[in-house]
Order: sequence, then C-alpha cells, then structure tokens
Amino acid sequence: MKNSFSETIHSVRHLTSCAVAAVALAAGSTGLMAQERESVTIGYVISKSGPNAGGADMTVTPNYELWVQEVNAAGGLTLPDGSQLPIEVIAYDDRSSAEEVVRGIERLATQDEVDFILPPWGTGFNLAAAPLLARFGYPHLAGAAVTDKATEFVERWDTSFWFMGGSADYVSAFTDVLVAERDAGRINNSIAMVSVADGFGIDLVKAARPTFEEAGFEIVYDQSFPPETSDFATIIGEASNSEADTFVAFSYPPHTFALTKQSTVVGFNPPVYYLGVGAAFPIFPGVAGTNVEGVMSLGGIDPNNALNAAYRAQHEELIGRAPDYWGSVLIYASLQMLEQSIERVGLDRAAVAEELSTGTFSTVLGEETRLENNQLRAINWVGQWQNGEFVAVSPEGGNGLAAVQLPKPDWE
Amino acid sequence: MLEHVVNGLVLGGTYALVAMGLTIQYGIARIMNLSFGDTIIAACFATYVLFSVFAINPILALLIVGPTGYVFNLLIYRFIMKPLVARAPDEGALEVDSILVTFGLLFVIQGVLLVMFGGGYTSYSFLNSPVSMLGTVVAGNRLVALVLSLTFGAVLVGVLYRTRWGMILRAVATAPQSAPLFGIDTNRAARTAFAVGGALAATGGGVVSMFQTFTATAGVVFTMKALIVVILGGKGSVPGAIVAGLLLGLVETFVAAYIDPGLTLAAVYTVFLVLLLVRPNGLFGKA
Repeated sequence: MKNSFSETIHSVRHLTSCAVAAVALAAGSTGLMAQERESVTIGYVISKSGPNAGGADMTVTPNYELWVQEVNAAGGLTLPDGSQLPIEVIAYDDRSSAEEVVRGIERLATQDEVDFILPPWGTGFNLAAAPLLARFGYPHLAGAAVTDKATEFVERWDTSFWFMGGSADYVSAFTDVLVAERDAGRINNSIAMVSVADGFGIDLVKAARPTFEEAGFEIVYDQSFPPETSDFATIIGEASNSEADTFVAFSYPPHTFALTKQSTVVGFNPPVYYLGVGAAFPIFPGVAGTNVEGVMSLGGIDPNNALNAAYRAQHEELIGRAPDYWGSVLIYASLQMLEQSIERVGLDRAAVAEELSTGTFSTVLGEETRLENNQLRAINWVGQWQNGEFVAVSPEGGNGLAAVQLPKPDWE
Repeated sequence: MLEHVVNGLVLGGTYALVAMGLTIQYGIARIMNLSFGDTIIAACFATYVLFSVFAINPILALLIVGPTGYVFNLLIYRFIMKPLVARAPDEGALEVDSILVTFGLLFVIQGVLLVMFGGGYTSYSFLNSPVSMLGTVVAGNRLVALVLSLTFGAVLVGVLYRTRWGMILRAVATAPQSAPLFGIDTNRAARTAFAVGGALAATGGGVVSMFQTFTATAGVVFTMKALIVVILGGKGSVPGAIVAGLLLGLVETFVAAYIDPGLTLAAVYTVFLVLLLVRPNGLFGKA
C-alpha cells in the first residue's frame, strides 16, 4: 500500500519535472536559458598529491588559480555580447595516477558537465587526457607536456593545442650554443650526459644522442639513473673523470638540486653545466646555497619584457611566490588565449577551438601570439642564470634573447 | 676504489640512520609502522621551518625535533596503538592491525603536511661544504648523517646490552608473553620503544632534510628503504640495521661506479632477495 502510494507521488513528481523541463526547453529557444546562466564552470584534474605534485604545484596549479582570481576580480569572463560571467572551478586531485586523470576528466565531462576542462600536469597525463577531451569535444590546451609528436597529435585530435614544444627543439637549440662554443675553441668535443630513467629524461636523452653526435660531439659518459636516486657522488665523480667540458643532466627537481649540491661540494665545475627540470625554479639559487651563475637549463625569460615582468609581479602578489622561469608563463598564456577566445566566440567549445587555432592573441608572451598548426612555437628553448635571473639565451643574443656567457664561473 | 668505499659508507650512513627507528618500533613494540617515512618527512619540514623562519641551526634543531618525535610517538602509541595491542589475540593479528592503522595514519600526516606546506619541492642548503675523508671529498651534511647513525647505533647497543632497562626491552622483544611473568611492564616497554623509534625517525628526518629534496608526499620512499634495511638486518636488531644500511650504500655506490647507475635499484633488490633466501631472518635476526 505504502509502496504504491510512493510510486504515485513519484510519478506525479516525474510528471512535474517533465513539465518543468518542457517549459525550460521552450524558454531555452528564446534565449532565456543563456541569461539564467550565472557562471562559467571550469574543471581540472591535477596532481595535488603523489610524486607529480611537486611539478604541478610549481608550474600549473598556481597559474590556474592566478588566472581564475584575476578574471573573477575583473568581473568574470567576458562574452561576445559584453556581459560577464564569473568562473566557478571544480578541481580534482589525480593523486599522480593516470587512471585518476581519466576518471576525473570523465566525471568533469559527463557528471559535472563543466564548460571547459584545463589539462593535467605532465606529458604522460596529457597524452592520457587527449583522446578523452577530443571525444567529449573539449579543446585541450596541453600546457605542461613536452612532446616531439605534437604535429601527429594535432592530426589525430584536431582540438588539441600544444604549448611546450618538443625534446628535439630544446636539444637542438642547446646544441647550437655548444657548437658555437666549440668553434670558438672554448670547449672540447666531449660531453658527459646523465638522465633520469623516466618520461622526461628518456625523451630528452633520445633526442640528445643523435643531435649531439650529428654536431660532431662525442658523448664520453652516458648513463641513466632511477628516479629514486638521491645520492650523486659516484655519478659526479665519473663525469668529472671523463674530462668532458660539457655536463648535461636531464633530471627532475630532486636530482637537479642534489646534482648541484654534489658538484659544489667536490668542486666539479665544467665550462658548460646544463641541468633539467628544477634549475628554472626561482628557489633554485637558494636550494643550491651557492652561486648558480652560468648554470643552464630549459626555458628562460626575457628580463626586459615588460609584459612578462608584470605577470611575474602579479604571480608573486596573488600566489605568494614567484613562478618558474620555464613552463609557468606558457601555461598562463594558454589561459589568456582561452579567455580571449571565449570573449570573441562565446562558450561554444567547437568555436573556441577554431578561434584558438586561427586567432591572434595578446598574451604575456607578446602582443601577437598565435599558434602554428595548433602549436606554440614562440618558446624560449635555452636559458642560463645571469645576474640572479634565469634568462633566455642564444649563442649571439638578440631578438629578446641574451648572449650566452661561457665558460661558467666558479660555484663560489 | 677507496673513494667508492667512502662514498658508499656515507650513503649507507643515511640508510642506517633512517632504518634504526623502524627496527626498534617493529622489533620491540611489534608495530609495523607504515607511517614511519611520514614521520621523517614531518621532521624534515619541522627542521626546515626552524631553520628558515627561526634561523635555528639544523643541528641544534635536532634537539627540538628529536624529543618532539618522542612525545608525538608516545601519544600515538598511547591513544592509537594501545587499544590494538590490548585486543590483539596474538602477534600476527597485531601486525596486521598495526599495518592497517598506520597506513591510515600515513595519509593523515601526509594530508596535514599538504595543507600546511603544499605539494611543492622543499630543499635548503646547510653544511653543504666539502670535507676530505681519506682523500675523498664528501659533503659535510652527509658525513653528519654517517657520524650520527654510528653514534646512535653505539649508544643504543650500549643501552640495550649493558643496562637493566635495555634488558627489559630485549626481554619484551624476545618473549612478549613470558616477560610479564618476571614483573616486566610490557606495555610500558613497548610504549617507550615505539617512542624511541619515533625520536630516531625525527632525528633522521632532520639530518636528511639538510641534503635531500623532500615533498609532503615522499614519505613512502623512506618507509620502503627503511623496511628493506630492517628486514635485511633482522627485525629488532640495531647492529643489523647499521650493517645492512652500510651494505646497501656500498652496493649502490659500487654498482653505480663499475656497472651502471641505472642498475642500483636492481642491485639492491638482488642483494635483498639473495639474503632472504640464505638467511630468511636477516643478517642479525634470530630464527
């Protein structure tokens, strides 16, 4: 008896909700729905815990937060009709697991039905996210992902956008510096190279071996180490014994810091000293506790660029710490491009993707930032610590780049 | 050759220092503490804060961090472990229960650290100065780890084998069922042992923070390493932890120097496997 009563109630309710839906649908066609929308929801899945949290917390998450704060403080995202909607954020922790990335994105797309999804941190996670985002029709602004296959990926998922270049780009720009130094007779022909046996290290070293050899260099010490490695006494010792004038380490932050500390202790100071992720962190000089002048790595900024300086000041003020000198600004620029696309074409995701692909934007990277074949190419590939800042360099300098200063001075 | 021995011993000193606390907690208090590494990380952060905010020398900070670790672990034992110990029908059940509880505790400590410090890398530089040892230049802070682990090891062995109190702890470790028959308060002994282990973990964390980059979520790495050392050395054996720690350091260094740095982990697990096949109770373990 009770059951049939509740069933009746239920069906009445069901009828009511059908009626409400019908009214809403009818109203929707007159545009009432669009006006009732109170916010734009933006979702992301990011590593807040686990081994990837350190990287995500440096390069990606602060920029998402900074951008949302700034946009909301200015009244929200502007739509083509001039109206503004605040951003509402839904963020999940992927606990540094690719399965969680997939689950989180599926949830954001199907259950939370967010308007836009921002990408996770890391090359592997972005590759896991790419097919999903393409399937659900979300533009994918892959920020913290270094890949040589971006061109292929763009063909496969035409709403994916790649903002950090590929291993080959970074290595060949660095090789140009090495060739210029060698031709000037300042360094010998030998390179000592170590790499972490994990995503970033494997990718970079794979690109580096043929590039160095083609340029006529001899890799006299070439070893990889497990990501768990914490002591580099032996590796630095062997690299030092190899008498190479160039030391290259494709490392993650803990290794980058430990390598620097060990090199300082034993006074290993080759003319060219190049490190991986972490050397472009603002905390790097403090961590090393020494003079890091001349240390080279990926990325770098143009200290004379006013837009970038303003961005860095803003980041420090709102987040409470400085952004890194490599990926941060690229991530932030990708968000600015998303914001401007929405302002031009509205919240239709396909139209936003089209606009990202073809439009020209005013970002922290420059007044006229545009993508080439869905890829950002205006990236600083090689950087060096000069006068307490990690600046973008090239052999000769110019065009927003400083001239590289080698040989590297002493640690002290 | 000599240089690799020195480097290996210095690296092994860190392993031994980190593992000693776990071997005492596991061997005497019979608590398999999976949150051990997170205690270490908490101590890393504490030392870091004391150094960077209050400008306290990290070596002096050990005098604050160590006793804090003692009190913290005493409270954990009193309020979380005690009920488990009281209701566990036998040793095996206690082990399983303690694994489950400390697994949860791991996430609590980690979560608190994440809220307080975020997920980023933390590192600072202290005593990263060259010290010449037998002709090999090593980092001062790593040498501190080696010296401290040997000192603590010597003190602990002295206390365990030369004092009445040490005898009580050993009695509880060897025969927890029979110890009360001799008027030993096993609960008190286990509580003290657990807290001493916690103090050692905290001190180890303080030292490790001087040279290693840490994140709020890196605790499990330390737990794993410490666990390997403890099992290699024989559970509850302090000399075992020191010998096994130094052995692992030497193996890693020699493999990195003469074979391939990529095989250090493989070498560690090979040694682990072989030793377990030959001596299932570890180097110094009793059958």
